Amino acid sequence: MMPAVLAAVVAQNVFFYLIASIMVYAALRVVTSSNIVHAALYLVVVLAGVAAQFLLLGAEFVGITQVLVYIGAVVVLFLFGIMLTRAKVGSEDNLDHDNRWPAILTAVMLVLVMAYAVIDFAGDSEIAVLDQSETTVQQVSDAIFSTYIVAFEAISVLLLAALIGAIVVARKE
Amino acid sequence: MYLVQFLLLSAVLFCIGVYGVLVRRNAVLVLMSIELILNAVNINLVAFGAFNRDVGAAIPGEVFALFIIAVAAAEVGVGLAMVLTIYRNRKSIDLHQVDLLKG
Repeated sequence: MMPAVLAAVVAQNVFFYLIASIMVYAALRVVTSSNIVHAALYLVVVLAGVAAQFLLLGAEFVGITQVLVYIGAVVVLFLFGIMLTRAKVGSEDNLDHDNRWPAILTAVMLVLVMAYAVIDFAGDSEIAVLDQSETTVQQVSDAIFSTYIVAFEAISVLLLAALIGAIVVARKE
Repeated sequence: MYLVQFLLLSAVLFCIGVYGVLVRRNAVLVLMSIELILNAVNINLVAFGAFNRDVGAAIPGEVFALFIIAVAAAEVGVGLAMVLTIYRNRKSIDLHQVDLLKG
């Protein structure tokens, strides 16, 4: 392997594990934090980590869209929802079920089954190092507006329906 | 980078999200856990696309991820509207108290 390519692989791996460990820690805090606003802010860390993983995979358009849509819009929507549904700020003790062992058992069993299947399926498949000079933004837009134009239109109608639906549901009588 | 790294990260995030959906009583926190699950799926799609880049799968993977982001945004909007309505009617978004269908 060329030294430059080797250095790129090492750097990619270092950043992958760094970002992945931060993401897993923040995700655990999202589901265990006793302060609902802190949970929303830890969700920002997870979503930014996902965007960084997209960049590592060479999907820069998806990564930027992730930042715009999730961190820019969805998290703000969550914070609005938190503020509109409860006046209390600070930690609370009744955010979780009293009995959490069935949920822990389910999650651990699920992750074990999925890890076994994933390792069995893709144990040593390597993702090729990306040629730095090529970007995929133009190809993505070409694909959206030619091959996937029907799906794109359906998504547009879905967003419009969701918009109207959200207004109708949340409107005061 | 190995494909399995991304798939394992995605599996761990997915299961953390499942744990959150099962254990949280607050409806907004359940919606946040659902976002974790959807993001795990997106990592999978983009990783498989990048893995099969030489047979032209990178672009479909990214396009599918974009569609999932759009659907997730719609889902959060409608979900939070429903949570707001529940709060307005019952003065609480504790999922234990939303049991009208229980006989």
